[in-house]
Amino acid sequence: MTDAAFQESYTTPDGRKIGDVVMEMKNISLRFGGVTAIKDISFDIREGEVRAIIGPNGAGKSSMLNVINGFYHPQEGEVWFRGEKRGPMKPYQIARQGIARTFQNIALFKGMSTLDNIMTGRLIHMNTSIASQAFWKGPAEREEIENRERVEKIIDFLEIQTIRKTPVGSLPYGLQKRVELGRALASDPSLLLLDEPMAGMNVEEKEDMSRFILDVNDEFGTTIALIEHDMGVVMDISDRVVVMDYGAKIGDGTPDEVRQDEKVIAAYLGVSHD
Amino acid sequence: MSADFLFGVEVLLNGLMAGVMYSLVALGFVLIFKASGIFNYAQGVMALFAAQTLVGIQTGLIPFSHLINAMLGTKIHHFGWNVPTFIAILITIGIMVLFAIIVEKLILKHLVNQEPIILFMATIGLAYFLEGFGDLMWGAEIKKLDVGIPQGGNLWIEESTAFLGGDDFYGFYLDTLDIYATVIAVILVASLILFSQYTKTGRALRAVADDHQAALSVGISLRTIWVIVWSIAGFVALVAGVMWGAKSGVQFSLSLIALKALPVLMLGGFTSIPGAIIGGLIIGVGEKLFEFLIGAPFLGGATENWFAYMLALVFLIFRPQGLFGEKIIERV
Ligand SMILES: Nc1ncnc2c1ncn2[C@@H]1O[C@H](COP(=O)(O)OP(=O)(O)OP(=O)(O)O)[C@@H](O)[C@H]1O
Ligand SMILES: [Mg+2]
Repeated sequence: MTDAAFQESYTTPDGRKIGDVVMEMKNISLRFGGVTAIKDISFDIREGEVRAIIGPNGAGKSSMLNVINGFYHPQEGEVWFRGEKRGPMKPYQIARQGIARTFQNIALFKGMSTLDNIMTGRLIHMNTSIASQAFWKGPAEREEIENRERVEKIIDFLEIQTIRKTPVGSLPYGLQKRVELGRALASDPSLLLLDEPMAGMNVEEKEDMSRFILDVNDEFGTTIALIEHDMGVVMDISDRVVVMDYGAKIGDGTPDEVRQDEKVIAAYLGVSHD
Repeated sequence: MSADFLFGVEVLLNGLMAGVMYSLVALGFVLIFKASGIFNYAQGVMALFAAQTLVGIQTGLIPFSHLINAMLGTKIHHFGWNVPTFIAILITIGIMVLFAIIVEKLILKHLVNQEPIILFMATIGLAYFLEGFGDLMWGAEIKKLDVGIPQGGNLWIEESTAFLGGDDFYGFYLDTLDIYATVIAVILVASLILFSQYTKTGRALRAVADDHQAALSVGISLRTIWVIVWSIAGFVALVAGVMWGAKSGVQFSLSLIALKALPVLMLGGFTSIPGAIIGGLIIGVGEKLFEFLIGAPFLGGATENWFAYMLALVFLIFRPQGLFGEKIIERV
């Protein structure tokens, strides 16, 4: 139904340009012992779009993000990034290529302040040597200030000025999710992976988060791949949706197309999701 | 002021100085434990090795000379030169960094994600290897270490504090070497804290200590961080080894200073830098005061040998996570 429809770049109804393929997953299979988490899945992510991955619990969605950012290495299949086949790479190397992420179970640096957490997102843009940081302060200090300015912008953007100095471990859940988004944004990623950015949030918090995601996509032109259970949100903010069930891909297309797909409806009937 | 009170103050000061050194040794453990979850059994031997290396380089010993002589039948021991202390220290630091790189390449890299007990066993192996290697490289005999810091009671302090008491008080007796050691340890600890708080590498260190996955996701290489942390631990070991070595000679017993760090860690918690510092001070002061007030008068003395462990045990019962360690809450 769908793949042919997206061979070309296209323009969304609200006028954003969706460009070339940035990331292409080709026939990915991932197994953990006897468990097959991903079964022969192919899909692509295009420049500038918001790409959602949905599916019931245990469908393999998080595993897919973990493959993209290098935490998991698939037994079969190829990952193509910006027109090149990716060899075996470590997660930190992939991060340095401009792929940032958040986690389903928030993974912040709990003992550190909001500001410090978001500053870690800038590390890949900071190059002064240890010796210079320790003994010869000029360049290191300048670098620190420059990057700090960028971080302050993100803090303003996410409206979290009041918790700048608070250790994140003591923040409420919704705010922690926001700080985690801030840390990912701080690296100026070209591809942003969000694993259930709105899980456990109330309606108001979800609206805020949706707005931030759309703004990031709009203002910075960041390509976004996100996993989300809330169908309303997915339909609202995403351009294209991949549907997974039991590790396999059962649907791929615009929100409208996916919503009417029989296989997708069947997978969701009687399946509980949070 | 009464002489008894002033003696008490003198004991307190000496306790504080000993405590700073305990803190320093404990800090070496905490740094590695926080960054990699490893309890580094080799920390004490690293102090011994660093001190051996410093003496060896300073006095122009030929490394592995016993081995060379045994194999080739030669009788070489010395290069016949002395290296200035400062340069010898720089070279030793370089060797400790090299050691950190080798440890990472040969051990840590292959043991990522292993159980803590396996990592611990690996450091036990490392400790025995390094002990033998150090002896092979520099010889096992007791060496005198002289880094130019004077030893013995500090006359100036003694004279300038004599007026505090009456006729039977002669001023505070403080060892000059201890004073130097304290000042150096304080500077070292303070700069480590500043470094970790205010530089990007420090921030990366704290990030890795907090959450490995998240650290990887922002582009931090764990292996680089491990090399840095082991290098810092090597440097801390060098300072501790030099201070202890200058006092009692560089010999095997120096590696036992690590044992002194254990009660400090139990008190302060394995993951807390402030804990290591306060824990060290409490134990330093505690053991000296206990000996002065209770041990010597009532228990026949020599309580310093066991006081720290007893204090740690009592502490473990009431607050197993240590003074500042995070509360241990098991998820069920
Ligand atoms: N590290 C792992 N080791 C073993 N099995 C794993 C691992 N990670 C994922 N799995 C298994 O792979 C399957 C897919 O898990 P995954 O977390 O990707 O699902 P998900 O779609 O994100 O589910 P949810 O909506 O609950 O987050 C599950 O059966 C899970 O148990
Ligand atoms: Mg998941």
